Amino acid sequence: MITIVDYKAGNLTSVRLAFEAIGVEAQITRDPEVVADAKRVVFPGVGAAKSAMEHLRELELIEALKLVISLGRPFLGICLGTQVICDWSEEDGGVECLGIVPGNVRRFQTEDPLCKIPQMGWNHVEFVMPHPLFRDIKSGSEFYFVHSYYPAPADPSYTLAETEYAGTRFASILGKGNLAATQFHPERSGRIGLQFLTNFARWEGLC
Amino acid sequence: MLTKRIIPCLDIRNRKVTKGVRFQNNIDLGDPIEMAVSYSKGGADELVFYDITASAERRPIDIDMVREIGKVVHIPFAVGGGLRTLDDMYNVLDAGAEKVSVNSLAVEDPDIIGEMARVLGCQNVVLGMDPVRTDAITSCPSGYEITTRGFRTRTGMDALEWAKRAADLGAGEIVVNSVDADGTQDGFELTLTKLISTSVGVPVVASGGAGNPQHLIDVFQLAHADAAIVASMTHTGRYTIAQIKEELDAAGVPVRKTW
Repeated sequence: MITIVDYKAGNLTSVRLAFEAIGVEAQITRDPEVVADAKRVVFPGVGAAKSAMEHLRELELIEALKLVISLGRPFLGICLGTQVICDWSEEDGGVECLGIVPGNVRRFQTEDPLCKIPQMGWNHVEFVMPHPLFRDIKSGSEFYFVHSYYPAPADPSYTLAETEYAGTRFASILGKGNLAATQFHPERSGRIGLQFLTNFARWEGLC
Repeated sequence: MLTKRIIPCLDIRNRKVTKGVRFQNNIDLGDPIEMAVSYSKGGADELVFYDITASAERRPIDIDMVREIGKVVHIPFAVGGGLRTLDDMYNVLDAGAEKVSVNSLAVEDPDIIGEMARVLGCQNVVLGMDPVRTDAITSCPSGYEITTRGFRTRTGMDALEWAKRAADLGAGEIVVNSVDADGTQDGFELTLTKLISTSVGVPVVASGGAGNPQHLIDVFQLAHADAAIVASMTHTGRYTIAQIKEELDAAGVPVRKTW
């Protein structure tokens, strides 16, 4: 059973449908107790970091998230979820985030009028180290991205994969131990995205 | 490197995929769910579904169909046609769609774009526009005028100004569907697509006129589109998405190659 954390940061149906498509049961919840007890957690989200943090506080989910990670349960952040587990985001003049992964979240900067922000579409994800989540996926495969900000981990050993956009090579997958987090949307990334989620559903949280 | 997206567009009428020329003489081409699955397995980067008769028949979009698509398609897809309220739009996203597309509704009530951006998130909001070439350059200095209601109504609005305004209001993506090129398979409207894609900060999708791979190469290389819509050329089986991508790749256009 996958527990998908709902903190009012966008619609989560596509995440649930992707797990259903690979035959894995998934529940969507806002209940801190359910999150704290979860065997396997997906922390998705789209939208703004500031309101995401406000909702996490209001729903009293922060301690539950930190607890379930400390218990060693496999944990997957997606998109905004990946950003809010960092220390701080420069969105909206600065937002204090969860501080689970050391590092900040930065906005793409470009002078090129043809380089659109947000990045929207399929981009290459280059693995920088082997990981159980990459089983049967080739390094350099394309995944679907929609974002204006990207995570910049302070400790390079958190970077599991990299992607290039707007002249920046950024960490498109972060992770350590039982934690992994993608800037892209595996649930929207077709067969290869489903393979990634299958790998997550089987992962014991070790690497 | 970010790849250029190829987006098959499925116009839906009575639960069938249909295609006409300039919204007329439509013929049925197949079942939308089957075609959606086949496209998503065949390398399409995204899909768009328009319920083309919902507006005219004053009925809501076929939400059951959207749910069925959401269950079997795991690439992004947009849905448009017959969306009038934020509740309708939310329901479409809740059924599994990635984006909602509005066109005539936004022309009638531009503030809806901002409300959609606030409630649904900019990245989920697509503004579709149906521009037509015009000589009325006093009201439309770009030389293109916005039409609505399936090309039936001329608005007097300048296409470039409308695109800029929509982006400022919060549209996350703009689909430029040329009335002059739609269904002709003679190539995209390059002039206006370039004008808009070089003037707005959000991705621009070229639509209308795709007939062969060279047309896509042109719209990406000459008009700087971020994505391109195909319909007749692939619906009829004349080209596969893979064939189009091979030609784009050979011409140096970055495309997604693994699926």
